[in-house]
Amino acid sequence: MSRSATRRDPGWMVNALIVVSVIYFALVLLLPLGTVFAEALRKGLGAYLAAIADPEAQSAIWLTLIVTAIAVPLNTAFGVAAAWAVTKFEFWGKNALVTLIDLPFSISPVISGLVFVLLYGAHGWFGALLDNYNVQIIFTVTALVLATTLVTLPFVARELIPLMQSQGADEEAAAVTLGAGAWRTLFFVTLPNIRWALMYGVLLCTARAMGEFGAVSVVSGHIRGQTATMPLQIEILYNEYNSVAAFSLASLLAFFALVTLAIKTALEARFADDLAAQRLR
Amino acid sequence: MLPGFGPALGFTLLYLSFFVLIPLAALVLRPWEAGFGHFWAVISDARTLDALRLSFGASFIAASINAVFGTIVAWVLVRYDFPARRLLDALVDLPFALPTAVAGIALAAIYAPNGIIGSLFAPMGVRIAYTPLGVMIALIFVGFPFMVRSIQPVLEDLDLEAEEAAATLGANRLRTIWQIVLPAIAPAILAGFSLALARAVGEYGSVIFIAGNIPNVSEIAPLLIVIRLDEFDYAGAAAVGFVMLSISFLLLLALNTLQDFISRRGRS
Amino acid sequence: MSLVISNIKKQFGRFPALNDVSLFAEDGEFLALLGPSGSGKTTVLRIIAGLEQPDSGAVSFRGEDLLATPVRRRGIGFVFQHYALFRHMTVEQNIGFGIHAKPARSRPSSAEIKSRVGELLTMMQLDTLGKRFPSQLSGGQRQRVALARALAIEPKILLLDEPFGALDAKVRRELRAWLRDLHERTGLTTIFVTHDQEEALEIADRVALLKQGALEQVGTPEELYHEPASAFVFDFLGDTIQLPCTVDGGVAVIEGFGVPILGAHPEKGPAMAYLRPDEFEVETGEGAGLAARIRDISLVGPHASLDCALDRGGAIEIRLEHDEAEKLSPRERVRLLPRRTRVWALPA
Repeated sequence: MSRSATRRDPGWMVNALIVVSVIYFALVLLLPLGTVFAEALRKGLGAYLAAIADPEAQSAIWLTLIVTAIAVPLNTAFGVAAAWAVTKFEFWGKNALVTLIDLPFSISPVISGLVFVLLYGAHGWFGALLDNYNVQIIFTVTALVLATTLVTLPFVARELIPLMQSQGADEEAAAVTLGAGAWRTLFFVTLPNIRWALMYGVLLCTARAMGEFGAVSVVSGHIRGQTATMPLQIEILYNEYNSVAAFSLASLLAFFALVTLAIKTALEARFADDLAAQRLR
Repeated sequence: MLPGFGPALGFTLLYLSFFVLIPLAALVLRPWEAGFGHFWAVISDARTLDALRLSFGASFIAASINAVFGTIVAWVLVRYDFPARRLLDALVDLPFALPTAVAGIALAAIYAPNGIIGSLFAPMGVRIAYTPLGVMIALIFVGFPFMVRSIQPVLEDLDLEAEEAAATLGANRLRTIWQIVLPAIAPAILAGFSLALARAVGEYGSVIFIAGNIPNVSEIAPLLIVIRLDEFDYAGAAAVGFVMLSISFLLLLALNTLQDFISRRGRS
Repeated sequence: MSLVISNIKKQFGRFPALNDVSLFAEDGEFLALLGPSGSGKTTVLRIIAGLEQPDSGAVSFRGEDLLATPVRRRGIGFVFQHYALFRHMTVEQNIGFGIHAKPARSRPSSAEIKSRVGELLTMMQLDTLGKRFPSQLSGGQRQRVALARALAIEPKILLLDEPFGALDAKVRRELRAWLRDLHERTGLTTIFVTHDQEEALEIADRVALLKQGALEQVGTPEELYHEPASAFVFDFLGDTIQLPCTVDGGVAVIEGFGVPILGAHPEKGPAMAYLRPDEFEVETGEGAGLAARIRDISLVGPHASLDCALDRGGAIEIRLEHDEAEKLSPRERVRLLPRRTRVWALPA
């Protein structure tokens, strides 16, 4: 087992590398994490709780949850449909399709917000059309949902595609010869076989959706109490030098991030048993 | 002959058109609507060039630093056993899981002149927050997991026998690592570098608080997009976005080709 | 005739998998599709099941056009090569899957489903394994679950794709006999694909031998073995020794020794003789026959195998009974006398 290198490598090397790693870790990762909680509690627990109970904070929390609750199921449905099409069938253009699915992952979140302004903003391609029908998208919750959905679009699909690819389509073929239609096959045969990967993808999608900042910042207009999600509210508070309030709200997200990491680690342990195909995060 | 192909593919294409293709079309077509002159003016503007330089430059340096330390961390996590190893392994993904704005204000607080680390350097006249240096440090945070997670699986699958053979032939550990292990994981390091770079270039939330946002000095490219949008210069904003995307695309293409070249050399 | 396949053509990209194949299966017949890999036998099976669509041709069952029916309504039981059991369902759930999938009108009650599954478990000797998962079963057990699952929907035809491919020799033989027995009991029209000629000849009523997408010969195992239509059939169904010969007056002359010819043969002139290794006499001393030197004698089960180097060049391996072989020893010079042979034209 490769861990035996602890014995094989010279002692000074092992110790030096471990120390370097731990210091790097502490400096780069742990310090920021600790700072969030330290700053949040700087003025004591009372101030902390007051900050979270503040109506604007509450509204921001609520908005974050709503946007996430819409974006994640949408992208989950998309992920399953895309993975089904790509892994159970042969057709021309598959590579291009998968590249397109991965695209939102590699572009700046600001650009993800920009494109919706370019389309639906006052001077957007559809701006005049929307105006005619008195529909506004930019600076509303709808825009937040659109931007968040775009940014988190690939998460579920990326987890499902490699796994389903390696699982093949034999069980589905068997189900169909036994008389099952598309939905029965999907629910009783395919989904049970991918449940851990699905859960994992949904988890990552949720974590990212809740924390999305760049894209929503562009499309939201920062209207306090109306279009400020938690990250945006944090920005507003921080820019007003209301440090404790900003960090208090941030601590909620940080806590959720830690929970995400814990569940993620647990799923990975389980997931590894389930024949996970190789994937790059 | 499984059922459901039509609906699945149809829905997928519709969804992608709405969320990716049409928005992308807008990004590709709109930079030119105010004329090529305006496009050129925007992207050749000193402020734009400085912002691009900062975004790409800081990302490059941050990714390089992560390449070195990320490799060390990956090595330590894979090869050595020590208390809290599993905890550290789980925490590697923190930058990935933590919202960017949260990381952003935390980093700004740490490296501000009155922050924990900022205050150590302030007396020497070295400012970290609100300078390009701060931007770079934020980008190190952001790119860290990409590097480690790229290298880890490759290290885990490495054939120990090659190292053992080197040992029997008289090589010491350092030589073995330099000549045998590093070349084997070089493609993975490069892959991690590309991912960290791509992520850093477009990063906004983690950086916007610690950057000074002073034009021509500490302004990142994504901020320029936001500023132009605020001025209703849609074509200009699109132009900056278009250029950012194009440079990233070319960079990634180059890095992928390099990666292919390196891994093919090791194979034949 | 229950199943009729007419003029099926199928190409995968540029690879011609099936080239105008026509075949039929009688009601209740056990038909084997035999052939080397790439012969198209699995493609035929999958076309019958509806898992592939032919480029042209027709498939009908009792007069009904099968190609117009989607897979899930064809009423065909398919047993996959690697079983394709639903890994997250128990054995009982696997078997009951098809029954649950029936449209609401024709679906039996839960109690009936349970009892039917129970019957199948007993029939397949899986009684105690109902609550197990596929990963907890042996290869042979998984095989039987796959069969039970296919039979649960009361199919009109049963299709098996290399059903015993992944199992070891002893288990294969047991399951072979058991499958034959099952067929007697169910009376279902059964078509199974295999590359193992011994298997096909042993349990099938009729065998269809395919080669590179075309039907080489169809008939009972006896017909194929004793009246092979071509050199390919002869070679595929048993060990073969090929020796160039000259046909002259109904006799194949190999090195001056005349061997009686079985079946049809080319006219006078050079041709190829196809012999079975167990149809040789071995004599010592001077005389007619193929001169050879024994290189090695080894015992292979109930026979002895003689590796002989022919004087004219090349080596062949013939088979003798133990007591005949005992009279001989390695490095001994002998004469090989083929008792009879088949003859076909020289390969192009």
